[in-house]
Amino acid sequence: MAELEVDVRGQTCPVPLVECRKAFKKASPGDLVIVKGTHPASKKEIPMACEAMGLEVLEIKDKEEGKEWEIKIRR
Amino acid sequence: MGDKAVIILHSGDMDKVYSALIIANGALAMGMEASIYFTFWGLMRLKKGELEKGPLSKMNMMGAGRQMIKQRMDKAHVASLEKLMSDFKELGGKIIACEMTMEIMGIDKEEIQTEWVDEWGAVGTYIHEAKGASITLFI
Repeated sequence: MAELEVDVRGQTCPVPLVECRKAFKKASPGDLVIVKGTHPASKKEIPMACEAMGLEVLEIKDKEEGKEWEIKIRR
Repeated sequence: MGDKAVIILHSGDMDKVYSALIIANGALAMGMEASIYFTFWGLMRLKKGELEKGPLSKMNMMGAGRQMIKQRMDKAHVASLEKLMSDFKELGGKIIACEMTMEIMGIDKEEIQTEWVDEWGAVGTYIHEAKGASITLFI
């Protein structure tokens, strides 16, 4: 089981969503995709995209006093 | 997977091309299919080297307004249209180019960035694409 990191810190709409989708295409079922970002709307929208695609969000956490977030997804 | 977004891009204005590519990429990222039908002024943006060249739809002011918005976009780290187009193609997005516009405007296929184009079509192609789509927009 591999782990893929997607670093989209500093990126804005629609890049965080698009880079996640690219990672899901690269990853195999069961792999972990860890997304790090700063764009506020994407923190909400990445889990929405996961739900639409039937992927499991394992964890959403805030970092750097809420300026950054990290989302862990099972492909 | 019947979930699909089909966008007609009639405008060649920079800000509207952004809208079309951002929405289309968003649809792909949400697990949908997406296609953009480039027609009229929108088709001009498929000419080689012209994707980024559109004016601003409002307050273009001979390019001064456009330049100001572009600077603000760079500051906000907004991706370039070239990147959005390459992401769109990478995620399986489909580009349809309007043949009638090419005839009206006297554009040859050699002038078009043909590696982006999946299909050359007319209204029937749009209807065929859009009838099964859950989202369709005219920009």
